[in-house]
Formats: sequence, C-alpha cells, structure tokens
Amino acid sequence: MSEGIAIRVEDLGKRYRIGVQNTRYRTLRDTLVSAVKSPFLALTNRRFTPANTIWALDGVTFEVKKGEVLGVIGRNGAGKSTLLKILSRVTEPTKGYAEIHGRVGSLLEVGTGFHPELTGRENIALNGAILGMKRAEIDRKFDEIVEFSGVEKFIDTPVKWYSSGMYLRLAFAVAAHMEPEILVVDEVLAVGDAEFQRKCLGKMSDVAGQGRTVLFVSHNMSAIMRLTRETIVLEKGKMVLRAPTAQAVDYYLSSGYAQSGEHRWQPDEIPADSAPFIPLALRVRNSQNQIVDTVRSIEPVTIEIEYRLLSPITGLRVGIYLLSTQGEQIFASFDTDNPEEYEKFSSRPAGHYLSRCTIPADWLNEGRYIIGVNASAFRVRRYFQDENALSFTVDASGAPGMQWGELRLGPIRPRLNWQIEQESLTPLGEERVGSR
Amino acid sequence: MSGTAITSKTNEEVIYLRPSRGWIHLNLQDLWRYREVIYFLSLRDVIVRYKQTVLGAGWAILQPLINMIVLTIIFGRFANMPTEGIPRPIYTFTALLPWGLFAKALSDAGRSMLANRSMITKIYFPRLIIPLASVMGGMVDFLIQFAILIMMMLYYRYSPNLAVLTLPLFLVLALATALGFGLWLSALNVLYRDVNYILPFLTQLWLLVTPVAYSSRVVPPQWQWLYALNPMVGVVEGFRWAMLDAPPPDVQTLAISTLITLIVLVSGMYYFRRMERTFADLV
Repeated sequence: MSEGIAIRVEDLGKRYRIGVQNTRYRTLRDTLVSAVKSPFLALTNRRFTPANTIWALDGVTFEVKKGEVLGVIGRNGAGKSTLLKILSRVTEPTKGYAEIHGRVGSLLEVGTGFHPELTGRENIALNGAILGMKRAEIDRKFDEIVEFSGVEKFIDTPVKWYSSGMYLRLAFAVAAHMEPEILVVDEVLAVGDAEFQRKCLGKMSDVAGQGRTVLFVSHNMSAIMRLTRETIVLEKGKMVLRAPTAQAVDYYLSSGYAQSGEHRWQPDEIPADSAPFIPLALRVRNSQNQIVDTVRSIEPVTIEIEYRLLSPITGLRVGIYLLSTQGEQIFASFDTDNPEEYEKFSSRPAGHYLSRCTIPADWLNEGRYIIGVNASAFRVRRYFQDENALSFTVDASGAPGMQWGELRLGPIRPRLNWQIEQESLTPLGEERVGSR
Repeated sequence: MSGTAITSKTNEEVIYLRPSRGWIHLNLQDLWRYREVIYFLSLRDVIVRYKQTVLGAGWAILQPLINMIVLTIIFGRFANMPTEGIPRPIYTFTALLPWGLFAKALSDAGRSMLANRSMITKIYFPRLIIPLASVMGGMVDFLIQFAILIMMMLYYRYSPNLAVLTLPLFLVLALATALGFGLWLSALNVLYRDVNYILPFLTQLWLLVTPVAYSSRVVPPQWQWLYALNPMVGVVEGFRWAMLDAPPPDVQTLAISTLITLIVLVSGMYYFRRMERTFADLV
C-alpha cells in the first residue's frame, strides 16, 4: 500500500515532565504524601499539567523514502534525539503515529551492553544479539567486524584493558555491521580520532550507497552537506523546514535567534547530564565593550562565556569553536590553552565564572560567523556542547584591500606587513648610481 | 551484503508506533525473537559474577555450605527442630538449593532494571528480557550446587526413587515465583528506589517463613492454609520429597502455591508491560 516508504511520521509528539525527572526520582514517600494531600489526584494519575510539562517533540510530520538519506539538524533541545529515540523504539510517543518499514539500526549510542569484564569476542556476541542480530549472522560477520575494528590482537582480552579508542572502534564495528534497512545515526562523528571518523563516514556513505535509508542527526554541517540531499530543521520540538540540504543548513545557521550578540541558554537547551556545568550566556563584545551583533574587522572582538559550576570540576576547559556559515571550522580555542592558566585552574571550585577571549583586530574577513561552545575535561567527559550557540557579522570597512570593493575569499583577512622593494637590475660587474 | 536488502523486500516487517493506552498485550512473540539476548545476558551475568574473585565459582559452593553449617548449628543445637529422621546437614542443604536459587533470582531481578539502565535508555528490545535473564543467571550456580548435593547423597547413602522425576516441576515453580515477584519489584524499582532497601529485608523475612531450616509440620494445622500462601513452602517440601524421600508435600498446599505463583506471574507481566512505556524516561 505504501510502496517505497521507509519511515512515515504523522503529528508525532512527546511530552516530558520538566524538573522532576531531572532532579530526583519519585520515592514511595512522595507518592504517599501526595496521595494523602490530594487523594483523587494521585488516584487518577493526572500528573501532567501544562505548567510542568514540555513538548520535546510536537506535531512533527514527514516521510522518508527507501534509500533516502535525510539529515536532521537543530539546536540543543530542539527534539532531534527525542525523534530518534521514538523511531528506534526506546521511548513511546505521547501523541501521533509513526510507521517504520524494516529493521531499524540505531547508532544512538554505540557499545550499548558492552561489559568491561567481558572480552572483545564475548562483547561482540552480546552486543550483536542486543542489536537484533541472529547468532548465525554474528558468526558470519565476526571476522569482518574484528578486521574493521582493528583490535585483532586483543580480541580475547577483557575490554576494560582497551584504550578508549579501541573500545570505541570495536563498538562501532559491531553496530556498523548489523546491516539494517534503516539506519539512524546521532552524533557518532563527535567521538573518536580523525582517522576513525573518516572510517565512520565512509561506512555511512557505503550504507547510503547500498540503497538503504539513513536518518542522520548531526551538528557537523559539513558532514550533513556531504552525506545528505535533503534535511529537516527542528526548532523547539517543531519541524520548521524541510529543504535541500544547502538551503536547510543556511536557514539553520542564519535563523533569527542570533541577532542580539548574546545568547542566553534556556533551561530546555541544557541537557540534564551537563550538570555540574551550567552554561548561562555567550556574548560578543566590540572594543567599546558593548554587546553587539556586528563587529568591525579592524577592531578586536571579545567573546565571553558566562557559566556556573554547581560543584568543583577538575581539568575543566571551556572554549569556543568558530565556524563559517558553510559549516567549516576556522579554529578552536580553550580558556586553559596557556600553560599558566592550565596550571592555575587545574581544578575550579563551584561558583560563577566568566571565560573571556579576544580575537585580535585585523583577523576575520567580512561575513557571518558561528560560535560554538564546548565545556569538557579532556578524555574524561564532555559536559556541554552547543555547536551553534551564537552568530555574529564582521564588517570589513577599513580592512585591508577595501579600496577595490571586491570579495575576498577565505575566513581571515589579516593586515600583513607588506614591503615592496624595487630590485635594481644591475648588469654583472657594473655599478649604477642613483637608481633609487 | 546486498542479500539482506533483497529478502527484506519480500517479507518486510512494518512497525507501527503510537501511544499505547489501557491494557496492552504481552507481545510474547517479540520475546521469542530476542531469546538469544536472554541467553547472552544470563551468560554475561555468570561470567562477570566471579571474575576478579580469588575463589571464582567456589563461592557458588561456599555460600550454601556456610549457610547450611550456620542453620544446622542454630536450629539443631539450640532450637532442635525436627527433621523427619533425615540427617540435619543434608536436610538443610537440600532446601537451601531451591531457596538460594529463588532468593538470588528475586533480588537480581528486582535490581535488574536499574543495573541495565544504560541499555534501556539507548536501544529497543523487549524489556521483559532483563528480569528474565537475571532469573536464569542463577541456574549455573544451582547446577554446581546440585553436584554437591549428589555427593552428599552418596555420603549419606541416599538413593532417589521415582519421585525425583518431579524435581523439574518444583524447579520451574521456584523460578516462576522468583520471576513473578521479580517483575513486580523491578518495575516498581524504576518508580520507587525504596525497593532497593526493601529487598534484603524481604528475602530475610521470606527465609524465616519457608521451611528451610525446619519442617513445615511445626506449623499448626489450622495455620497451614496461610502458610501455603508462600509458594516456596511447596517448592522446598517438594525438593526434600524428590531427593530425600521425605514426606510428600500436601497436595492442597501445592495447589495453593501454584495458584499464587500463577497470579503473581501473570499480573507481574502485565504490570511490567504497562510500566514499560515509561521505563526509558524514568530509569
């Protein structure tokens, strides 16, 4: 009846309670107390009131054809992960309807069910079974999985002795070999080294090339542009656009919220697991210390991140990414890049902080730029990340080369120290005076 | 590689997702499709349990042996409870076998949903698998202990008669009881972490109302019906009857035990399934 359709989603929505599930689980006492206070409320199970709930996903409708690779983009808390969780059947929708044709393979989290005490071999069997592979299928692909992961030598070693890279490679190898008809991918590319990421992207384009359906959620705009033709944009749980990828990325990166030169993170944009790191605001300031959306290329730009630590964090680094609107990364920089700061802030006590950096004058070319924020402890944990926190415009008036009014390519527009010397053409052995 | 794509076209499965309302069916077919996960998860529990311990699987033997010694001394020397003429160590050990299986399965199943929360929040599979695998995980310990029991029977010169054929029935009854209560407790544990604290007391009290260290005949006849509400009474009596030729369990007691187990098991499965939709959001 619906030939050629892989996923159909209609008016799909998911409602969560806010506060309660993030702060504390319900205890028997709470229920008893509330039952005593308001017996009918407790009995009728009417726990949802508009005030304390949020639609993480609201009225989303779309279709994915077989063999289509669809990108999903949106800010933190826009509902991307909720959408994937519903489609991979981890959680139930609150309203609406979805229909899925074929086995769904989820790369929501690779390594699910991995146990550190088990060997690589045992974990492949267990993880494969959890991912829905039959034992014969696992046996058939075992060698291929091991080869892809590159951990042949350690396959009979408990994975707790693996490096984090090996662990990740093995986990991804199992997930990548389950050959589902529909693959959902979320942020896998954020982990692992560059070489591994290349392998992952390769595997993904393989899968797409074999005519299988892929739903690709990422903050990595260049990966989205490379791998997908069409992309949907989610904003606050609602689907605001479905368009050819270039158009969708452009819309997403330049959409209205960032005109003010400041971004204050709302509670629903901060994932629960970012605690104890709580981002507050990101600001762009000009040389007069005003919060502005447009800065001049010939003036220094200050970028400041305001945040709170609920408890001390060791090894925390807070930093920014600068991206072009095409999604290419221009640089990344952290507040403890300097050895002195690194020593001084090896551990940060709880409190209110501002991390501030200055991009020197005569540095950025004209155009629009995206600031991403990352707070992490290297190789330990990523507390918070927002790849598209704020955008700002650089105005080039007064910048070098403006007298020609042509477009200069590239993200930087340095004022380089040019010297022009006219070399005198001196025939061998002859001396000419007064040529200068 | 492309083979999967072709076969999938002919017998493509379609999944419909919509909010579930009211009572939902148990979806046991899905459970059967994922049976290998039950096997692998139980295997994982068994492998992991004794890794990095000095004695390894020796603990499976030591635990009931130590329990046997303690209970033999307390109930023999001090309380002097009757044992129907059977030597007290083997009398107690035979009962400790199904009891140990039950108690371990119950507390493992009760904690299973929280212990596996990383899987529950990331991937789909029938959630019933988790408590089921925890219950099955105790079987390896049980088999090891059973070998010890056979050695003790040789030592005490007991040879089983035909009644031994009924042993699997009592084993299934013990597992079903553990699963039934385990399902309730594991689902409740997702909502109320209080279950974690209740579990140790529950198993302790339950041991006292089960005829492990004494004979059920010390319970006055007018209270036997109440006593039979504990399904483990029938199981323990049945084990002694099957292995040691002790007096057979009362048929009426067994009927009540089985009925209770069935009620708890079926209601537990429905309750669990009903709660399942919110597990990933709450755990």
